[in-house]
Amino acid sequence: MNFESCIPIKKEWDIVGARQYGRDIAKQIGFGSVDQARIATSISELARNVYLYAENGRICFNVVEEMGRKGIEITAIDDGPGIKDIGKVMQDGYSTSGGLGAGLPGVKRLMDFFDLESEYGKGTTVKIIKWFRS
Amino acid sequence: MDKVLQQIVLENRTEITEQWLSLNNDLENIRRVADVTNQLLDTTNKEFLDVIFGSVEKKGKTAELANFSERLIKLGWPLNYITNGLQSFRRITINFILEKSEETSREYFSGVLESVDRWIDPVINYLVSEYSGSWEHTVALQKIALQELSAPLIPVIDGITVMPLIGTIDTERAKLIMENLLDGTMKHNSEVVLIDITGVPVVDTMVAHHIIQAAEAVRLVGATCILVGIRPEIAQTIVNLGIDLSRFPTKSSLRKGFNAALQLTGRTISTIKNEEKEIEQIIDSLSKG
Repeated sequence: MNFESCIPIKKEWDIVGARQYGRDIAKQIGFGSVDQARIATSISELARNVYLYAENGRICFNVVEEMGRKGIEITAIDDGPGIKDIGKVMQDGYSTSGGLGAGLPGVKRLMDFFDLESEYGKGTTVKIIKWFRS
Repeated sequence: MDKVLQQIVLENRTEITEQWLSLNNDLENIRRVADVTNQLLDTTNKEFLDVIFGSVEKKGKTAELANFSERLIKLGWPLNYITNGLQSFRRITINFILEKSEETSREYFSGVLESVDRWIDPVINYLVSEYSGSWEHTVALQKIALQELSAPLIPVIDGITVMPLIGTIDTERAKLIMENLLDGTMKHNSEVVLIDITGVPVVDTMVAHHIIQAAEAVRLVGATCILVGIRPEIAQTIVNLGIDLSRFPTKSSLRKGFNAALQLTGRTISTIKNEEKEIEQIIDSLSKG
């Protein structure tokens, strides 16, 4: 079960499609309902960022295996405006769109692995992983 | 020239039909979307050809075509059955005419192509626009239906109103929730409004933000907002995300929320069973005496 598939994010409803898809994969791996909610919420946050700031991008899903454990890897890729100050967006309560500003730091807390790469003016890639503890 | 070509096609109808039918027997493709038997496919194919030949004869849209498309849409046949069918008809007819004729000049070629296009294109255009029209209609109706479901407000008893939310909340719906909530609070003169999110699958920062704003707005018009139906997994993600919901009361279930609302409005639920017993006793003693 090692595949990669991407869901394009262009409309607001694509966010729903992406998190539904992610939830299905999480269910297949065997995640419980709490972790499923964590994963779906994280996807929702990342996809909403793509939709809100870049307007156009995609969410890719991958099932990863490492040292006998399985996990779900989610990558949000866009070629939007990028992030000027990564340190700032990882602070709680910082938002440029009038939101709560809990999105990215929140996702980091929800997941086991979090990696944010962004070049100002070129785009942003966020990679997150949740490991399955059996 | 058009007339001559038309003549060729109409005179050789049986042969063209045979070739076309051998190409358009892909039942699997149609089965994916509609429940179709072999027999139905046969009759529809025949009818389809009648429609095509009819429009070749009369050059363009006919009453049969309108009838045919309406029925196909109702049965839910795939659109590509029609486009594939017409394209293979175009291919067969062009090949057929070219085989039959001795002339090979470029003008003749383009003349043939043009004529065949003139027969087929109006049919394709008509069918495609009918199909997309019916889809657009369906989508518009569903949108209205969805909007009706989107943010209902139920006045339960004097001063207490419930808004059950089911399904995904997007920006458009969030606006509706806010409007309905405030309108309803004023209209029903509510003191307490319960927002029930049992049916909301994912509460992310945007959804939370909208709920907080709605609750704040309700507070501003003088009512109290209680958020109910917070499932354990939602509670955990809210805490992880670091969302602060402490500015208004929250409860795990609608029942607990309703009890809290009763308390806030100075009421309690009491059973009247005991009183009934007392009355029974009085009646009993009366009848004894």
